[in-house]
Amino acid sequence: MIEAVPVEVEKNYLTEKQGVLSWFLTTDHKRIAILYTVAVTALFFLGGFFALMMRLELLSPRNWLVSAETYNKLFTMHGIIMVWFFLIPSIPNTLGNFVMPMALGAKDLAFPKLNLLSWYVFMFAAAVTVYALFRGGVDTGWTFYTPFSTSYSTTYVVAAAVGIFISGFSSILTGLNFIATTHKMRAPGLTWYRLPIFVWSMYATSLILVLATPVLAITLLMVAVERIFQVGIFDPALGGDPVLFQHMFWFYSHPAVYIMVLPAMAVVSEIIPAFARKPLFGYKAVAWSSIAIATLGFLVWGHHMFTAGTSVYSAMVFSFLSYCIAVPSAIKVFNWAATIYKGSISWDTPMLYAIGFVGLFTIGGMTGLFLAALGFDVHVQDTYFVVAHFHYIMVGGTVMAFLGGVHYWWPKISGKMYPEGLARVCAIVVFLGFNLTFFPQFVLGYLGMPRRYAAYPEEFQFLHILSTAGATILGVGYVAPLLYLLWAWKYAKPATSNPWRATGLEWKTPSPPPAHNFESTPVVNTRPYDYEAMKEELDLV
Amino acid sequence: MIPSFRLFPDSASTVSGEVNGFFICMLILCSLMAIGIAALIIYSCLRYHRAHERAIGDQRRYNVPLEVTWTVVPFVLFVGMFVWGARMYFDIERPPDNAISMYVVGKQWMWKIQHPEGQREINTLHIPIGQPVKLTMTSEDVIHSFFVPAFRTKQDVLPGRYTTTWFEASKAGKYHLFCAEYCGTKHSGMIGWIYAMPRKDYQTWLTQGAAEGSMASMGEKYFHQFGCANCHHFNNQGRCPDLRNLYMRPVQISTGETIIADDNYLRESIYDPNAKIVYGFHANIMPNFTGVIQPEQVAEIIAYIKALGPQPGAQEPSNPGTAPSTYGAQKGLAGPGATSISGSEVQER
Repeated sequence: MIEAVPVEVEKNYLTEKQGVLSWFLTTDHKRIAILYTVAVTALFFLGGFFALMMRLELLSPRNWLVSAETYNKLFTMHGIIMVWFFLIPSIPNTLGNFVMPMALGAKDLAFPKLNLLSWYVFMFAAAVTVYALFRGGVDTGWTFYTPFSTSYSTTYVVAAAVGIFISGFSSILTGLNFIATTHKMRAPGLTWYRLPIFVWSMYATSLILVLATPVLAITLLMVAVERIFQVGIFDPALGGDPVLFQHMFWFYSHPAVYIMVLPAMAVVSEIIPAFARKPLFGYKAVAWSSIAIATLGFLVWGHHMFTAGTSVYSAMVFSFLSYCIAVPSAIKVFNWAATIYKGSISWDTPMLYAIGFVGLFTIGGMTGLFLAALGFDVHVQDTYFVVAHFHYIMVGGTVMAFLGGVHYWWPKISGKMYPEGLARVCAIVVFLGFNLTFFPQFVLGYLGMPRRYAAYPEEFQFLHILSTAGATILGVGYVAPLLYLLWAWKYAKPATSNPWRATGLEWKTPSPPPAHNFESTPVVNTRPYDYEAMKEELDLV
Repeated sequence: MIPSFRLFPDSASTVSGEVNGFFICMLILCSLMAIGIAALIIYSCLRYHRAHERAIGDQRRYNVPLEVTWTVVPFVLFVGMFVWGARMYFDIERPPDNAISMYVVGKQWMWKIQHPEGQREINTLHIPIGQPVKLTMTSEDVIHSFFVPAFRTKQDVLPGRYTTTWFEASKAGKYHLFCAEYCGTKHSGMIGWIYAMPRKDYQTWLTQGAAEGSMASMGEKYFHQFGCANCHHFNNQGRCPDLRNLYMRPVQISTGETIIADDNYLRESIYDPNAKIVYGFHANIMPNFTGVIQPEQVAEIIAYIKALGPQPGAQEPSNPGTAPSTYGAQKGLAGPGATSISGSEVQER
C-alpha cells in the first residue's frame, strides 16, 4: 500500500459546503459532474424501461402487451432518451467533467459558470422532452424521417424536437468549455504528448460537439417550421425533398455516433494502462486516431442512405470513406490488445469492463465492415442487423466503458471503495446478458426481420425470445451496480488517494479531492503512463 | 415454439448467392481476426496476471513496424471488401435491358402493384422465374421501402419521385415482402408475399386475372379522358410537345439543359408541368394534375407514352445510325447541335 491509512483531509469538495443550494449553485466541476450523473442515470433507467417494454412485447409475434401505436412510441422514446439524454452527455458530462480538469492539473474547467449553465440547459431540455413523452409521446422514431414527421404523425413531434434542440446548446457549451480548458488550463510541463489519451479523446469529442450540433439544431428547426407553417422543405406535397432531411440529419447523427463512442475509448484508454501497469502502447497512433475519427466522421453520413435512392457513385464514395474510418478504430483495438500483452494484469472490475468493451466494440466495429459493403447493406439496411450493430457500439461500447469508468474513478469521486467481488460478478453478468440480448439480433437481421416492427412473422419468434431473455439479465446487471454503489457511497471502506497505483494527475490528490483539486499546482515532467519513472512515487518494483 | 427456426434466409434470386458468399467470407475473415484478438487478450490476462501487488508490466511504448502493419493490412483488406461490395451493388442497382416493367405504389399501409398487362395486385406480387423484373415505385404519402429478403433487394419508395429496383427470381416459391422504412402506426402490417412461379404458370396466372386492359391501353384511355390529347397532338402542331418517340430520349428544356425523358421526368411533367418546359414551348399552358390523376393512372399514362416511342436501347426507327436526337428538335426549334428527326409512326405494343 502507498499509504497505510486513508489520508484525512480537513475539507473535501463534498464537505466544503453544505445544503441544497450549495449543490444547485455550485460551479465546482466535480459537483456538476455529480449533478449530471444523477440526471443521466435517471434518464438511462427511463430509457431502459421503454426498452424492457419493447422486449416484452416482442416475446410474441402478435401485439399481446401493447398496441402498435404504443410500441412505435416506445421505440421512439427509447431512442430519443438514450441518444440525446444518456449516451451523448453520459461520459463527457459525468466522468469528463469530473476527471478532465484534474487530469490537466487544473483547479476547474475554463468556464465554471458556463458549466453550471450547461447543466441547467440540459435539465430544461430533458424536462421539455419528458413532458412531450408523457403528454402522449412521439411516434416518428428517433430519426424523425420526413415527410412522416412533418406532415403525417399526429403526435408531439414539435415538443420533442424543441427538447432536443435545447439540449444541443448544452452539448455546445460543454464542448467549448472542454476545448478551452485543454488549450489553456494544462499544468506546467503538460505538453500535448504528455496528455493522457482521455484528454485527447475528450478533445476530439468536443470538436464534434461544437461543429455538428448546430446542424442538428437547424434540421430540427426546419422540421418544426414545415410542421407548423406548412412551408415546403422536406414534404414533396409542399414542394420539398424528403431525402434532403436524411442528408442533414445524418450529417449530424453520424458524427454523433463518435460523440458517443470516443469518450468510451477515452475511458478504456485510461483503464487498460492502469490495470496492466504499462504505458498505453502506440500512444501517438491512438491519440491521432481519435482526431482522425473525429474528422472522417463528418464524411461518411451517406452510408445511412444506400437504399434511399441516392446515386450509385455517391454511394461508392461514402462506402469507401466508411472503410477508411474503420482503420483508426482498428488501430485503437490493436494497441489496446498490445497494451494488455506482457502487462501486469489485474482482474479488477474496471479492467473487466474495459476488456468487455474491447470485445464488444470489436464485434460492433467488424459488423460495421459488413454494413459498409454496398451490395450487402442493401439486404440488411433497416433490419435487426443494423439494430444489433449499433447496440454493440452504443451499449456494448459506451455503456460498458461508462460502467468501467464509474468503477475506476469511484474511489476518487466518493472517497470510498466499492464491493469488488460483487462488482466483478455484475460485470460478467452485464457482458453475458448483453451478448444474449443482441447477438441473436444479428441473425434476425440477416434473416430479414425489419426493425421497428410491433408484430412479426412467427419464424422469428425463437430469436426474439432469446433476445428478451438476455435483456432481463442485462437489466439485473444494470440495476445491481446502482444499488451497491449507493450503498458503497455511505458504508464502504474509505479509499486511499491512489488505490490502483495509477499514473494520472487525478490520483495525486486525496480522495475525495479538495474543492480546488490540488493543494499546489502539479508540475509534470514525465511522459504519460510512465510507471518506470514513477516507480518510487507509486511504491512499485 | 420453434416453427422453422433457421440461420439463413431463403436464397431465391440471381444475386442472393453472391450476397451469401460475401457474408460467409466476411464471417470467416472477421471471426478469425476477432478470435485472434480475443485469444491474445485472454492469453495475456492469464499468462501475465499480476504476480504480486507491486509488479509493473513490460514498459515498451511502441513498435513502428507493428503500427504500420496493423494500419496497412486492415486497410488493404478493407479496400478488397469495398470493391466486392461495390461490384455487387452495381449488379443489384442496374436492371438488365430485358427486364419487364412493373409499377409499385406504396401507401400507408399497403403495396399496390400493376403489371404491364394490366393486372393489379395488393400486397402480393406474382412474377415469373428466370425473368428480370424491374419495379418503378413511388409513394402516395411517406417513405416506404420495398424489401424482399429472399432476393436480397431493398429500395426506399419515395413520395414525389420514382425509384427503381429489380430482381430475377431463380427459385419458385412464396417469399416475404416487407416494408423496411418505418412509415407509421401499421408499419409492421405493410407486408405481403411474392409468388415466384415458372413462366408457364405465370402466363396462366396472367390470363386468369380480369384485367381491364394493358397498362398502355388504360393509359391511352386516360390520355383522352383527362384532355391530354387536346394539346399534345401527334403532328407537331399542338400547343404542347408531341409525345411520340419521347420515352428515354434526350429533351432540351428552356434553360438550355438537356435531360432524359425518363419515368421521373414524365411523372414530374404531369404533377408539376412548369418545372421543366421543353425548349420552344410556353409555361403555364398545361394545368397541374396533382390530386386529379392518381399515381396508378400516371403509371399507365407513362406506359402509354412509352408505347408511343422506342424502348430503351432499341434502334432509332426513323434515323438509324445517328446519335439519339434531341426531343425539342421536333419543332425545328432545338439549339445548335441538335439533330432533326421526322416523327415516326406510333408503335402499338
